[in-house]
Amino acid sequence: MSRIGPTFTALKAQNRKALIPFITAGDPGKGLTVPLMHTLVEAGADIIELGVPFSDPMADGPVIQRASERALANKVGLKDVLAMTAEFRKTNTTTPVVLMGYANPVERMGYEAFAQAASAAGVDGVLTVDIPPEESVGVADVFKAHGLDPIFLLSPTTPESRIEQVAAAAGGFIYYVSLKGVTGSANLDTEEVAKKLALVRKHCSLPVGVGFGIRDAATAEAVARIADAVVVGSRIVNEIETAPEGECVKRVQALLQDLRRGVDAASK
Amino acid sequence: MKLTDLPDSRGHFGPYGGIFVAETLMAALDELRAEYDKARQDLAFMAEYEYELKHYVGRPSPVYHARRLSEAYGGAQIYLKREDLNHTGAHKINNTIGQALLARRMGKKRVIAETGAGQHGVASATVAARYGMECVVYMGAEDVARQAPNVFRMKLLGATVVPVSSGSKTLKDALNEAMRDWVTNVESTFYILGTAAGPHPYPMLVRDFQCVIGRECIQQMPELIGRQPDAVVACVGGGSNAIGIFHPYIPYENVRLIGVEAGGSGVDSGKHAAPLTAGTPGILHGFRSYLMQDENGQIIETHSVSAGLDYPGVGPEHSYLKDAGRAEYVAINDDEALAAFHDLCRLEGIIPALESSHAVAQAKKLAPTMKKDQIILVNLSGRGDKDINTVAKASGITL
Repeated sequence: MSRIGPTFTALKAQNRKALIPFITAGDPGKGLTVPLMHTLVEAGADIIELGVPFSDPMADGPVIQRASERALANKVGLKDVLAMTAEFRKTNTTTPVVLMGYANPVERMGYEAFAQAASAAGVDGVLTVDIPPEESVGVADVFKAHGLDPIFLLSPTTPESRIEQVAAAAGGFIYYVSLKGVTGSANLDTEEVAKKLALVRKHCSLPVGVGFGIRDAATAEAVARIADAVVVGSRIVNEIETAPEGECVKRVQALLQDLRRGVDAASK
Repeated sequence: MKLTDLPDSRGHFGPYGGIFVAETLMAALDELRAEYDKARQDLAFMAEYEYELKHYVGRPSPVYHARRLSEAYGGAQIYLKREDLNHTGAHKINNTIGQALLARRMGKKRVIAETGAGQHGVASATVAARYGMECVVYMGAEDVARQAPNVFRMKLLGATVVPVSSGSKTLKDALNEAMRDWVTNVESTFYILGTAAGPHPYPMLVRDFQCVIGRECIQQMPELIGRQPDAVVACVGGGSNAIGIFHPYIPYENVRLIGVEAGGSGVDSGKHAAPLTAGTPGILHGFRSYLMQDENGQIIETHSVSAGLDYPGVGPEHSYLKDAGRAEYVAINDDEALAAFHDLCRLEGIIPALESSHAVAQAKKLAPTMKKDQIILVNLSGRGDKDINTVAKASGITL
C-alpha cells in the first residue's frame, strides 16, 4: 500500500504542510542518491520525488536537463532507480517515494513489469509527466492494482471542466504546476495560484502539492499557506550541481532545513 | 475500419500516435484540434489555402519523366514529382502555409518552429514574413553548422534562429526546445510543427496539408501515362513528404508504397536513422511510434548525411502502415544516397536534396527488378542547393 495517503493524514492532524524535494537519481553520482535521500528526510522532507533520468526531458528546464545528462553519463536507468529505492527502504520504511519521469523508460520495461518491480522496491507513487489521464487508461489501473498512486499534473491552462477528469484518474496527491513553462522557471504568482487552487479543491478531494518557482524559505512559506504540499526541484538540483566536490550532501541538507523552516512558518 | 479513416478522435493510428504531453499543453492541443476541425469545413479557409498554393507556392508541381536516369538505371521508368520546384525549394511550404493560416485564424502573432536541414525553418520564416508574424526557429547546433546557407536564409526572412546545444544537438533536440518554448508561451504562440509527427492533431493536420502532393499525382499520372504508377517511393525522416504522397494512394491497392529511411553508415553499424527498419515502438515528442532507443528506453543518437532525416522517431501513421503491411520501409546508406545525388545532377540536370536522394537511390535498386514499361514515381521532396557544402565535403573538396 502507498504511504502517501497516511503521510498526508498524519501531517494534517499536526496542522503541518508537506515538503517534497526532488532529486534526479544518479546525480551527481550513482552512490550518492541513497545518502542524499536519507539526508533529505533528516532535514525535513515528508515525501521524496526521485527523478528517473531520460534522454529527452521535454518538460524540464536546463537545470534538470543537465542533471538527467549527468545521471545518464553515470549509466543510471530505470532499473537502477528501483534498486536505489529498495536500498533506501532497508533503513526507511515510512517516507513515501514518488518516481517522476517520462513515459518511454516505463513503456520500454512494460507497465505491468514496472508496476510489479516498483511496488516490490517500495515505491509509493508514479508521475509520468507525458502521460495525461486520457492516455493512462489501463496504465493507471495497473499502477493502482500494485498499490502505486498514479500522480497527475494540473496546470494554469487546465480548464475547470477538465479538473474533475484528472482528479478521477489520480491517486496520492495532485501536483499543481504553478506556472506556464518548464521546471526551473521564475516568477511565481501566489495570488494566481491561490485562485486556481480554490477551483481545484472544488472538484478534487486529494491533497494538492504545488511546484515550479519555489526557491527559498519565503516562497516555500507563501506556497505552504495555500497548498497541502510544497514541491522543490530545480533549486535543489542547482545546489547539487554547484556544490564543490564532497560538499553536496551538506549543502543540500542546509538548503532543505531552510525550506523546512519556511514551510513550518506557514503553520504558525 | 478503413486505413484512410485514421486517426480516431484522440489521434490514434491503432496503437500509435495519441497525445503524450505534459498537462500545460493539453488545452492548447484541444484548442488547435477544435479550430482545425472548423477550418477544414470552412470553404473560405480552404479556398485561401488553395489560392496561396497556386499563386504563392507555384502549384501544381510538375511530374517529370526522368528518361536518361531511367535508361541508366536499366529497368522501370522513373518519374519525379517535382516538389523541389516549389517556392522555398521543398514540400515543407505546403504545410507551413496551412498552419500559418490556422495561426492567423486563432489570432496568434508569434510562431515557432523546429528544423533539421533548415527547409522547414525556411518555410516557416517565409510564411511568417508573408503574413506578418514574429518567427523563432529552433535548430540543433550541429545542424546550424552543416546547413549555414539555410540559417542565413531564415535570418534574411526576419526570423530568429536559436541554436540548441543540448543532447545530440540535432533535430530531436530542436523539437524538445520548441516544445519548451511552446509550454512557456502557449497563449501567444502557435507551434508550426514541420513533420507528420508530434501529439495529435499534428500528424493528421500535417498529413492533410501535404496530401496535395499525392492528390496532384493521382490526376497527373493518368494524363502522362494513362494509369497510376506501379510504385511510389519517398524518403522518410519524420515522414511528411512520404505521407503526403502515400496517403491519397492508400486505396489504390496495386500501387506499392515504399518509404526510404536513412541507413547512415549501414543499419548493421548502428549508425543510422531508420526506426521503422531497425527500431522498436516507444513514446517520444508526444506520440507513440517506432523509435531508435536502447534497452532502458533512452533515445539513441542517430546518424545520417542528411540533416532532414536525422531523427530517431517517425510519424505514427507510417508505423501503422508498416504493421498493416500497406507500405514497405527500407533503408538507404549515406554512400548510396550520395551516388544517386550525383546521378540526378549529371543525367537530368537536377540537384536534389540529400533527403530526396535517398528515394532516388531506392529507385536505382528497384528499377532493374522491374520491366521497362513499369513505372516508379519518386517524390523529389526538395532541391539540393542547401547541401552543396555537405556534398563537397564528402567528396574531399573545400568550397
